[in-house]
Amino acid sequence: MKDRQLALILGFAAVAALVPFFVTAGTWLNFAVFTLILCLAAQGWNILGGYGGQYSFGHAAFFGTTAYLTAVLQSRYGINPYAAFAIGIAAAAAVGWVIGFLSFRSGLKGSYFALVTLAFAEVFRVVANASDITGGAAGTLIKLDVRPENFQFASRGTFFWVVLAMVVLAMLLTRALERSRLGAQMVAVRENEDAARALGVDALQVKLSAIALSAAITGAAGGLYAQYFLYLDATIAYGTWISVEALLAPIVGGAGTVFGPVVGSIVLHSLSEFTKSLVGRIPGIDLVIFGIMLILVVRFPPRNIPGLIRRWRSGR
Amino acid sequence: MIEADPAFLAVRNVSMRFGGLLAVSDASFFVKEGSITGLIGPNGAGKTTLFAIVSGFQKPTSGHVLWKGEEITARPPHLLARAGIARTFQIVQPFAGLSVRENIAVGAFLRHAKRDDAIALAEKVAERVGLTAELDKPAAALTVAGRKRVELAKALATEPKLLLLDEVLAGLNPSEVRDIVPVVRAIRDSGVTVLMIEHVMQAVMNLCEAVHVLAQGRIIASGTPAEVVATPAVVEAYLGHGAATRLSGQRDA
Repeated sequence: MKDRQLALILGFAAVAALVPFFVTAGTWLNFAVFTLILCLAAQGWNILGGYGGQYSFGHAAFFGTTAYLTAVLQSRYGINPYAAFAIGIAAAAAVGWVIGFLSFRSGLKGSYFALVTLAFAEVFRVVANASDITGGAAGTLIKLDVRPENFQFASRGTFFWVVLAMVVLAMLLTRALERSRLGAQMVAVRENEDAARALGVDALQVKLSAIALSAAITGAAGGLYAQYFLYLDATIAYGTWISVEALLAPIVGGAGTVFGPVVGSIVLHSLSEFTKSLVGRIPGIDLVIFGIMLILVVRFPPRNIPGLIRRWRSGR
Repeated sequence: MIEADPAFLAVRNVSMRFGGLLAVSDASFFVKEGSITGLIGPNGAGKTTLFAIVSGFQKPTSGHVLWKGEEITARPPHLLARAGIARTFQIVQPFAGLSVRENIAVGAFLRHAKRDDAIALAEKVAERVGLTAELDKPAAALTVAGRKRVELAKALATEPKLLLLDEVLAGLNPSEVRDIVPVVRAIRDSGVTVLMIEHVMQAVMNLCEAVHVLAQGRIIASGTPAEVVATPAVVEAYLGHGAATRLSGQRDA
C-alpha cells in the first residue's frame, strides 16, 4: 500500500515528464505549465487545509508574496532570480507564520479563520496596488533575458519540467509529512483539537508549522508564475482567484491526500479548457464549470473525485 | 481518613465559578501514588469540572493543583501530558476519520518521534486493552464499548504516570463492565496511578482503594469505598435529606 503510493507518484512524474514531447503547441504547453503551477499552489493549501483542517481563503497572500519578491528583487535590486525565488519562499513562510500566529493564538477557527485570511490577502492586494515598489497598478515586468542561470529558458518544455519537479517534490514532501509525527499531530488537531491537546499535542505549534509549510509551497507556485509569465500586478499576485484555485482543487480532488490537489487541478482545468473549446471564450465560463463541479462533488459523499470513483467501482 | 501521599497529586482548596454557579467549592483531596482512586458523586456534583482543572483544560477560580510537590495549576494540557498526566473524556473523543491504530499512535507519538516506534507502541497498547482485532477499523465504526477502549488506549499510549479516567464505564452493559475492570486493574499493576470518575458503583467498590465523594461542588467524604458508602452524608447526597436516618430506621425495625 505504501509502496503503491510511491509508485503512483513516480509513475505520475514519468508520464507527465513526457508531455513536452507530445504537446508542442505553445498554447497547450502554456496551459500545461499554468495548470501545474496552480497544482503546486493547491498542494500548499492542502497541507494546512487538508491535513491541518484550517480552511484558508487567503492563500493569495503567500502566492503573491513570493511572486512579488521574485520579480522585484531581480528587476529592481539585481539579485539572482534563483536567490530571489528562495528569499520569496522564506518570506511567504514567514508571512504564513505571522498570519497564523495572529489568528490561531486568538483561537480563530472555521469560517472566522477563513475570513481573516481572506482579509489579509485583500489588504496585501490593496497595498501592492498602491505602493511604488511593486509598480503599483501598472504592475512589474521581469526583463526578458533568456539564460538558464537567469531562471529563464528557451523552451517552454524546460520550464514545464522545472515546475513538474516542484510538484513532484511537493508530493514527496506531503507523503513524508503523512508518515511523520507532525503529520499525525496535524490530522489529530483537524479531527479533534481538545483530544489532541490531551495527548500532548501543542495545537498552536502544530498549526503554525502547518501554515508556514503550506505558505512556502503556495509561495513557490507564485514565484514560478512570476518567472514564467514575467509580468505581475496586484490582481494577479494577490487576487482572490488564486485563493479560490488553491482551495478548490484539493477539495474536489480529495483534501488531506497526496494526490488530491493533483487530481483536482487537472480535472478542473481540463474540464474548463474543454468547455472553452466547445462553447468559445465566454468570460467566466471556467468559474461556472468550477462551481458546477464543486456542487456535484460536495453534494455526493464522500465528497471528492477519488471517493466517487471508488464508490462507482464498488457498485453502490 | 486514608493515609495520603501529598507528594503525588494534591488538589488544594480548588474552587471554580461559572458566573453565578459555584461548580466546585473549596475542594481538597490527595491521590496516592500507585493507587486506584475514585471520585464519585451525584450528577452535577462538579466531578468533570474538577477533572478539567486537574488536566489543565480549565483554570480554577482559586486553589492549587500540585503534582509531586510542583504547582501545575492551569498548566496547558499538552504540557501536563508531557509531564505524565493523561486523561480520557466522558464523551469519547475519537479522531473519527482515522483508524484505531492511527488514533492510538497520536498518543504514542508523544514520546516516540519515529513512526515505526509509535505504531509499534500503539499496537502493544491495543493488545493491553483488547483492541488488537479492531486496529484497522475506522474509530467511528466501533461500538460504544470499543470507543471507550480506544479512549483508554490513546491516553495509555502517552505512557502516563497518572491516568485520569472520566467515566470509562458509563454506557456499557454489565458484561462489558466486567470485561474492562481487569483492564483498569492491569494498568494500575503496570505502575500507572489511576484517578477515576465513576458512576458504576459495582466497579468503584471493586477497583478503588480510596474514594472521594463530591456533592454540590464540595468533598463530603473520603475513605475506603466501604467507609464512604456507610457515611450518612453520602447517602443523603444521593437519596435526599433525611434518607440516612430513614434507612437506618428501616434496618433497625
